[in-house]
Amino acid sequence: MEPSEYVLEMENITKSFPGVKALDGVILRVRAGTVHALVGENGAGKSTLMKCLFGMYDRDDGTIKMNGEEVSFTDAKDALKRGIAMIHQELSPVKDQTVMENMWLGRYPEKKILGIPFINNKAMYNDTIEAFRGLGLDINPKVKVRYLSVSKIQMLEIAKACSMNAKIIIMDEPSSSLTQNEVDQLFSIIKELRKKGVAIIYISHKMDEILKISNEVTIMRDGKYIGTWESNKLTTDFIISKMVGRDLSNRFPPRHNTPAENLLEVGGLCSAERNSFNNVSFNLRKGEILGISGLVGAKRSELVESIFGLRPLKSGQIKIDGKKVRIKNSIDAIDAKMALLTEERRVTGIFPMLSIADNTLITNWKKYLSKAGLIRSKQGIADVDESIKQLRVKTPSCLTRIRNLSGGNQQKVLFGRWLLTEPEILLLDEPTRGIDVGTKYEIYSIIADLAAKGKSIIMISSEMSELLGMSDRIMVMCNGRATGILDGKTATQEAIMTLATQFEQTKENEKEAILA
Amino acid sequence: MKTELEQKLTSGKIKDFCINNAIVLVLISLIIFIAIREPSFLSLRNLRNILTMSATRLIIALGVAGILITGGTDLSAGRSVGLAAVLSSSLLQSQDYPRRMYENLPSLPLIIPVLIAITVCGMVGLANGIIVSKLKVPPFIATLGSMVAVYGITSIYFDRPPYGAQPIGGLNSSFSALGTGFIGPNGLFSLPYIVLIAAFIAVLMWVVYNKTRLGKNVYAIGGNSEAARVSGVNVVKTLITVYIIGSALYGLGGTLEAARTGGATNNYGNGYELDAIAACVVGGVSVSGGVGTVGGVVVGVLIFSVINYGLTFINVNPYWQQIIKGLIIVAAVAIDIRKYLARR
Repeated sequence: MEPSEYVLEMENITKSFPGVKALDGVILRVRAGTVHALVGENGAGKSTLMKCLFGMYDRDDGTIKMNGEEVSFTDAKDALKRGIAMIHQELSPVKDQTVMENMWLGRYPEKKILGIPFINNKAMYNDTIEAFRGLGLDINPKVKVRYLSVSKIQMLEIAKACSMNAKIIIMDEPSSSLTQNEVDQLFSIIKELRKKGVAIIYISHKMDEILKISNEVTIMRDGKYIGTWESNKLTTDFIISKMVGRDLSNRFPPRHNTPAENLLEVGGLCSAERNSFNNVSFNLRKGEILGISGLVGAKRSELVESIFGLRPLKSGQIKIDGKKVRIKNSIDAIDAKMALLTEERRVTGIFPMLSIADNTLITNWKKYLSKAGLIRSKQGIADVDESIKQLRVKTPSCLTRIRNLSGGNQQKVLFGRWLLTEPEILLLDEPTRGIDVGTKYEIYSIIADLAAKGKSIIMISSEMSELLGMSDRIMVMCNGRATGILDGKTATQEAIMTLATQFEQTKENEKEAILA
Repeated sequence: MKTELEQKLTSGKIKDFCINNAIVLVLISLIIFIAIREPSFLSLRNLRNILTMSATRLIIALGVAGILITGGTDLSAGRSVGLAAVLSSSLLQSQDYPRRMYENLPSLPLIIPVLIAITVCGMVGLANGIIVSKLKVPPFIATLGSMVAVYGITSIYFDRPPYGAQPIGGLNSSFSALGTGFIGPNGLFSLPYIVLIAAFIAVLMWVVYNKTRLGKNVYAIGGNSEAARVSGVNVVKTLITVYIIGSALYGLGGTLEAARTGGATNNYGNGYELDAIAACVVGGVSVSGGVGTVGGVVVGVLIFSVINYGLTFINVNPYWQQIIKGLIIVAAVAIDIRKYLARR
């Protein structure tokens, strides 16, 4: 193998922070026109490695070469100039500007009228169309980004990177909020990129995707380089065992729950919001795990958030234990023994500047008030410590700010918050999104354990294997309707997909109406 | 090798310590600077004067602080101070003062006018809270509106027959004593009432922010109001309460300030809101919400009093004092924000 084959070579990258060696001699060699998967548990050092590449951290040791030539970037902008772009996990476009304005942000094509530069909208439009065509994208350049789905925004970012002549595109968990056919679309774009000779570093926790799309896989563990393999010689189990350093024979814990009588009955629920769900009915039994599947836009989150009182309902009823309940807000929902783990941990879950203790206790202060109305923090802290131990949150102390934890550990803290309210019905919206394999298993165990204790669980997930592996029944939604409920034991990916794509005839018209 | 590493670690620690305690260090260096120029600055008398100057400002700043921590702001603070000052003074003029606003008003017990002033201001806070939380008007706009309107209300109340717009003076002795009296022997070791009241309010607010559900909810709303809503925090109720508490504190502060200075006009308290917000941010309260401590606010207020009093003490031109204040506001926040920026 000649060195020139590699478009990027990172050799012996080492980076220490006080007290920890975050990277220890890590190697990453990426060939042009290939997809190189970078895997490792959260905290394995993937992000740190990327930050060293982009110059956001000063590495202690090691060299970075592009096309055999040593490089060193000062920041992401500098890296972009040399042809390296990153598509972040959390995208942040300018929402109230159009697709094309976002595409050419900061480098608008200009035309001079009387020597004064004006923005050339026509050129911008044509250039955008041109760039999209090259990747097989179908997005209207004049639509405000606000109206695009996450996947479309992501594709916009990719197109933007391409238009800047990126030779290496790093994708950090690109599929974490995409549905299956959006992932397929992403993969076809990746294939287009490969044809153009672009190299892709694909950071993901999803093994099936990695095996499907990548040419090579580099595995990291605890800041160390474990090795690089050709993907076609790998299996999911092999990758996982290298990642966690032990064998993970089963991806899902055994479940010992036995669904009993009905606890929650939802009948004819219609959202009061426009273009949301309509006439959804289902029941949830005690000790049952009910999965909810569907494509993005199926209005699954809207459904559970409405049940939890965060969104307005137009009609329909909710019964708990046979009694009709009216839930107007989260306070009512908590009183009705419900808990909601929201999909967007950072937006609606954590209080980044507050400690783990405050984050855990926020819904539970009522329990820790003295007669004078003052907080008895000692008892609260004791309970938080207990919850940290039980859920195995990795943290130096319960007074650590939650923003300093990894995503998986933050999620465990949020579990701890809700478990402390002693809920009977847990609504879990993408509970393992953006969480590494090892922690995922722990989260599954927590869920299985809760069900075994007779708690009722609704779990929304976009990962089909997760739904199949964890649910007693799976409700499938499509475009705001419940299109069917499958038995968890006999359900197949194909059966779910069929229900998830049961669109009504009017769908296309509606879509156009939304965009117009 | 090892010693080098150790050196690195300790120097990092010193840097961290400086960043984490930047405002206290600013205060100490200010005092040292003034004391070098004029050693007689370090006296109990000056300390007492600075504390007296700080007392009402601290009460007002503590009111704004809670609102800032929710991610809001309150521009109506200064005008509310004026409203309270005018209200309480007009009801507590001495019986033998010739041009009283209410000629037939009997001598009222101190507590009644004080409570009236606090309650009326509290109602301004209630309005602010409802406008912000229910009508979802951004706090800056909501309180800009009430700031303007409160000035109008104060002026209408102030500019009335029989004597029209004229400063309200001739406060009765019990009210003046509230502002200028002290306990302890008349001399070095006396403690002014208003300093004691401010200290009590500071302790009270510390308890509210740290030991009550309200306080925890305030930090939660400021940190992430969407997450607070999901977590069962009553966002509307909490916001309204915080705005009421804030305004009530301006009411108390305005009343005490009138008692201390011996009267009021409708223009009283103008600009106090900016002083209070400045003291808060210098004291480490984040205007984007979620962060702030009572201790920080105390230090922030003291810094401004030391600048006002100390720099006058060493004869610094008052225009220069303004420039120094401006620089300190920006510098303090620039240093403070380093606590939260990602480290390399």
